[in-house]
Amino acid sequence: MADLTRDDVAHLAGLARIDLSDAELDRMVGELGVILEAVATVQQAPIADVEPMSHPMPIVNVTRPDVVRPSLTPEEALAGAPEAEQQRFSVPRILDEE
Amino acid sequence: MTTDLTRATAAELADLLGAGATSSREVTQALLDRTAAVDGAVHSYLHVDADGALAAADDIDRRRAAGESLHALAGVPIAVKDVLTTRGLPTTCGSRILEGWVPPYDATLVTRLRAAGLPILGKTNMDEFAMGSSTEHSAYGPSRNPWDLERIPGGSGGGSSSVVASFQAPLAIGTDTGGSIRQPAAVTGTVGCKPTYGGVSRYGLVALASSLDQAGPCSRTVLDSALLHEVIGGHDPMDSTSIDAPVPPVVEAARRADVAGMRIGIVKELTGEGFQAGVQARFDEAVQHLVDAGAEVVEVSCPSFTYALAAYYLILPSEASSNLAKFDAMRYGLRVAPDGVDAPSAEQVMAATRDAGFGDEVKRRIILGTYALSSGYYDAYYGSAQKVRRLIADDFAKAFESADVLVSPTAPTTAFRLGDKLDDPMAMYLNDIATIPANLAGIPGLSVPSGLADEDGLPAGFQVLAPAMADDRLYSVGAALEARLTAVWGGPILGRAPELTEVSR
Repeated sequence: MADLTRDDVAHLAGLARIDLSDAELDRMVGELGVILEAVATVQQAPIADVEPMSHPMPIVNVTRPDVVRPSLTPEEALAGAPEAEQQRFSVPRILDEE
Repeated sequence: MTTDLTRATAAELADLLGAGATSSREVTQALLDRTAAVDGAVHSYLHVDADGALAAADDIDRRRAAGESLHALAGVPIAVKDVLTTRGLPTTCGSRILEGWVPPYDATLVTRLRAAGLPILGKTNMDEFAMGSSTEHSAYGPSRNPWDLERIPGGSGGGSSSVVASFQAPLAIGTDTGGSIRQPAAVTGTVGCKPTYGGVSRYGLVALASSLDQAGPCSRTVLDSALLHEVIGGHDPMDSTSIDAPVPPVVEAARRADVAGMRIGIVKELTGEGFQAGVQARFDEAVQHLVDAGAEVVEVSCPSFTYALAAYYLILPSEASSNLAKFDAMRYGLRVAPDGVDAPSAEQVMAATRDAGFGDEVKRRIILGTYALSSGYYDAYYGSAQKVRRLIADDFAKAFESADVLVSPTAPTTAFRLGDKLDDPMAMYLNDIATIPANLAGIPGLSVPSGLADEDGLPAGFQVLAPAMADDRLYSVGAALEARLTAVWGGPILGRAPELTEVSR
């Protein structure tokens, strides 16, 4: 297993959309290294030919009757919004300028 | 009347209310007064809703006076962990990113509490998004252990454990993803149960790891947990993983407290080495009590448990990194603009918000999960962990062929000091070594006090595990042990905790 570098952590933080400061990156490289070493022991378990288990119960598709039922009003849905406008969530620009 | 309403159990309060010996308002007010007196020191609550609780109490008193047929627990107040949505009451999950958020809907289990007439006293403190074993990762400061205010009340549900241990509420709701109900119960001398996965609806439970999370009861007695379990359990069409079957007969099991002929399996891998001497000693005595009550002891081995912690700390961060992606600063919660950027993009705002709004532990786990799920590493990490998860479930299935329940100490140690493990994430994770396997397999578990450790005089917990949907067995064993130990102690274990009003003065 390759060690996690500071650049790796910066890349992962970018993927996770967390704008880590330099100090946070420095600290997290060391901490994540220790944790990764510990969790990598799963690879030493006798897991060849074992069926992966993603959930405690057998997953089945669950549906409900396709009927209208009460739901949030627009006011309720927007009540927690950082910004709202014309009964919509107001968001920063989503496209780059170039 | 001489009964101290704050010390009464939920079952006792239900009887008093039913007999007209007290009112829900009187009980609720007594608990709110207790909170005013001690919560400055304990910090169980993130939010107290005195007006709402008293209004709900008055409503129940009115309906009782009018002769309406009410639920047995109607009028008995409860505290709810801040990870469950409550309409009109703030829900922060212990995080800055949700500071001030007031959900527009109730979690299903909150709906059931309200329908049964339990006044909601407030929302309890927790590690941020339930990530932690001490409440030290709460963005709003830690809760404290009523047995020693310099020590942790366990986590993530340290607000719910300390609120019942400090007599601010007879009942509380917790959630358990890797031990967050059971470990806090163990270190505070209280009772907590993680039901079978799917036994209690997760609708409105802000998800940490969807395949592991389960809400359950916290209380001071086994019967009280069973009574609450019955209220919140059962099928919910709003949760696709909810089990469509009746709640196991938990109350009947707690009342009968019968373990005669039951086969109790001691899990070899969850005793001995790594467990504090006083914790192990109380465990051994507890097993003997169960034998005296007619149970039979067998030893079982679950070799894959050695890998459980590692598998858990891959599966949980993977699911958490996905679940917490919804905190994007767009629809609710915090929004922070990045420094020195004119007209920032939505992505930049999201990244700045998540840096400002999440604490260190949450960031660590999100990044770890992002790594474990990333292309090229998926098979080595997340994939391997899922295979270990299967081995653990298989180990349980095999163990339950020779035992009706499995037992172990709940946590390896008694409560540690605040700050002791804060800078060492791996040391913090080890607190959950005995509780994690149950979450991975989806089986139910309960922690009941086993006594005080000799070396520090602090509470230790006894864990009982049962096959899926056999939650009633937990209550049989827990109640049988509780009855015998309470007789030996000459009263409830919390009677030996220091007087808080004295401590906080």
